[in-house]
Amino acid sequence: MQEQDETPTFSEVNLISVTVNGHLYERQVSVRMLLSDFLRHVLHLTGTHVGCEHGVCGCCTVLLNGEAVRSCLMLAVQSDGMALTTIEGMAGTNSELHPIQQAFQEKHGLQCGFCTPGIIMSVHAMLHENPNPTEEEIRHELSGNLCRCTGYQNIVEAVKLAAERLHASHMEVE
Amino acid sequence: MATRWFGAPVQRSEDPRLLRGKGNYVDDIDLPGMLQAAVLRSPHAHARIVSIDSDPALSLPGVHLVITAADLGEVLEPSPLLIPHSALTQPRTQLPLALDEVHYVGQAVAFVVADDRYIAEDALELIDVEYEPLPVIHSLQVASADNAPLVHTDVPGNVAAHFIQNVGNPDSIFASATHSIHETMSIERGAAMPMECRGVLARWEAHESMLTCWISTQGPIPIRNGLSAIFHLPEHKVRVVAPDVGGGFGTKIMLFYPEEILTPFAAIKLGRPVKWIEDRRENFISSNQERGQTHEVEYAFDDQGVLLAVRDTFVHDTGAYTPYGIIVPIITACSLPGPYRLKHYYSEFTVLYTNKVPVSPYRGAGRPHAVFVMERIMDRIAKELNMDRCEVRSRNFIRPDEFPWDVGFVYQDGGPTKYDSGNYQLGLDKLKVLLDYDNFPKLQAEARAQGRFLGIGVGYYVEGTSIGPYEGGSVRVESDGRVFATTGVTSQGQAHATTFAQIVADQLGIHPSEVLLTEGDSQSFNWGVGTFASRAATVAGSALHLAAVKVREKAKQVAADLFEAAPEDIELVDGKVFVKDAPHRSLTLGQLAISANPLRYAYGENARQLMSMNLAGPRQGPALPAERGAPGLEATEFYSPPHASFASGVHGAIIDVDPKTGMVSFVKYVAIHDCGRVINPMVVEGQVHGGVAQGIGGAFYERLVYNEDGQIINASFMDYLLPTSAEIPSITVDHVETPSPLSPLGMKGAGEAGVIPVPALFASAIDDALSPFDLRVLEMPLHPCRVYELLKETQSI
Repeated sequence: MQEQDETPTFSEVNLISVTVNGHLYERQVSVRMLLSDFLRHVLHLTGTHVGCEHGVCGCCTVLLNGEAVRSCLMLAVQSDGMALTTIEGMAGTNSELHPIQQAFQEKHGLQCGFCTPGIIMSVHAMLHENPNPTEEEIRHELSGNLCRCTGYQNIVEAVKLAAERLHASHMEVE
Repeated sequence: MATRWFGAPVQRSEDPRLLRGKGNYVDDIDLPGMLQAAVLRSPHAHARIVSIDSDPALSLPGVHLVITAADLGEVLEPSPLLIPHSALTQPRTQLPLALDEVHYVGQAVAFVVADDRYIAEDALELIDVEYEPLPVIHSLQVASADNAPLVHTDVPGNVAAHFIQNVGNPDSIFASATHSIHETMSIERGAAMPMECRGVLARWEAHESMLTCWISTQGPIPIRNGLSAIFHLPEHKVRVVAPDVGGGFGTKIMLFYPEEILTPFAAIKLGRPVKWIEDRRENFISSNQERGQTHEVEYAFDDQGVLLAVRDTFVHDTGAYTPYGIIVPIITACSLPGPYRLKHYYSEFTVLYTNKVPVSPYRGAGRPHAVFVMERIMDRIAKELNMDRCEVRSRNFIRPDEFPWDVGFVYQDGGPTKYDSGNYQLGLDKLKVLLDYDNFPKLQAEARAQGRFLGIGVGYYVEGTSIGPYEGGSVRVESDGRVFATTGVTSQGQAHATTFAQIVADQLGIHPSEVLLTEGDSQSFNWGVGTFASRAATVAGSALHLAAVKVREKAKQVAADLFEAAPEDIELVDGKVFVKDAPHRSLTLGQLAISANPLRYAYGENARQLMSMNLAGPRQGPALPAERGAPGLEATEFYSPPHASFASGVHGAIIDVDPKTGMVSFVKYVAIHDCGRVINPMVVEGQVHGGVAQGIGGAFYERLVYNEDGQIINASFMDYLLPTSAEIPSITVDHVETPSPLSPLGMKGAGEAGVIPVPALFASAIDDALSPFDLRVLEMPLHPCRVYELLKETQSI
């Protein structure tokens, strides 16, 4: 039987300030709140999805100071003072899709769309590291994101197309 | 008609929204005042519930409600048996919450509602349940043993159903056959694992007595019908919406999952919105699974490699309940003959209860098992007679002039297993070319000389798709010219918003982007069943086609009056309506829609332009003449297929097996697919790719392992291996198109196909790669250790 004073309440909250997609947010958050839940249910940026909550599926991938991380494996308080980019920050404010997103549409790189935001974020980080990946490198890098619909083939094609276009336009992946 | 959209690889209209992270999945909806729920699940596979103390949980700050079975009142009813069958003599379905006994690890025992999910899960820890463990049935072998313990005390022998079908006279064929072989083949459980787990959000609006549920489901309308009965609400006071659904693959067609009742129950009780989102651990232990079967199969054949008769007796694992009747084993029995002229076939199956997660269809639904058995037979005949494996298949194919071909069994929908069309040899010919099949022996020999073990395998299937009972569709042109289409099915990635728009656009002479589809919302379309069994595109697509045809006819009628012309002279092209050969004087569809609605008050630019045109005035008599029927350009139609239509396909692969480790990699993969007329080849190929990936998972990576206590010991993505981009090869897809004569547009279903032949061809390829060791694969799925073990077994003999 549990002692009364050990009843977990996790009532402690911390003030954090995080920059997400260029906007600064200051929020009081529970110390145990996951970064993924913070993004989704506090900031209402629901494009970041949660598929496993144990760091395997990659649906919750976001960029943390430019690096792809799994937001379900981080606490919101750990992101204090950091800069995040989520899928909502990819296309910018204009109506055009980012070249990576555009390539996914053209190559039919998504079906149900649930894994897609995480994959786009991973691809973004991948192409920043390696602007000209081989198919094998793409498949290796993508293996950190699960997709249950596409069989990956059209995702791989989309990444190739995006890399080509970004390369041709001398556009750096930021 | 200027352009035909049907058949074109139109890019998906769904994508920009989903790519921007603007999808709308259940967990993306947060309502004001919403509470969150969590489910306490049984840690035992079989136990008596002695007592439940939920008071400590209820006293935790932030907890609003704790429900156990005792609190459910008249809602404590077993779920309906979805598809009864006379052979299913001992059906059992589950209660929303276990009352006095739990039958599998993961069964719902209590439901907690709190301010947030974190607190709700804290509260689960505080619920004290005393269990008295009972003997566990963790496998088909244990379930069928003499004097086995009982999963349900009132079900003798754990037998839920026993069913025999027979065609021809197999016994007499066996008595005189030159060759006959008996083998045991088995396929173990896997799971659908959509990337989005299940979820339910329920809102009760007391002022309207209106219940709204957003559910990640493949069948919102049947759920609406059920909730209306359970909560004694008129059907129009229950709205069920399947918003964006992150994959289904069959596991989300089940009803009722307990949470689909418990969440609205709590919302009504508390008067506040309640959301429950399944986590991945829960998905592993509470979302339905499939596949487990063991077959004892005998087959007789002649010296020419012609299969003469099959006697197949199998046991099917249904888990702890039979929510979906015996659909899966019936499909297995009906799918086993495949593309072959099997005239003497005896099939007997026994459905057994186990203390495992209940079984309902998962993509492929009984077919990968059947195809595995039949294709193993074909390979064995080839081996026994020293013939080429493809040649044996060719000798047994049903020929194109033999359609319709009646297998002689009653199919899952109660209709005949009657193949409507196909060209099986053409598919195989295409496959052989793309695989470079005839040159493979040379490639194989060269590889062996270098110590590499390459193997080639093929797998052929015929798949009953597009079953009834029916779907409906409604098409309406609005005054701004946009066309609204709606239907009762759902999409969980199949691109209906694009493909259905292509169908409608063709009839109305517009671009598909001008068609806006709403589906999966019971308030938008009242009738329908759902998206499963590779049926939505054919059945709902045909209904929408029929509705669009009707709207076109009405548009012609209205335009004929305005232009004082004959309806048959009216044309609809590029969004314009005009008299043939006089396109200079035209109306837009929106203007025509306004004219079709004889109101005095019309708004907008289209209405102003209409006023300024010199068109014929209203005729004498009623403003809405009887022959026009309803106002506006709108029609609703239903399509009910006469019976299933039978798609088919053949896949082949070249694999590389490392006998030292048992590891297998794919060198080449080709899929030839026939789903009749193709609406959008890009979408169909995507479906095939995804199916193949799941098939490869189910052949080599994914296998649910239950231990003797009925615990799934690999219930996480760390241990249950979904294949990644590193494992799935590039897939070459080509089509054969034999239109279905059953439906107006000639389509057949495509959703499940990709997964079906993969275990069969994988086994075929392994045997071939390891032929120096005389190995024969009789089980699925494999994994590297198992390949290695099988190899060791052959060497120890």
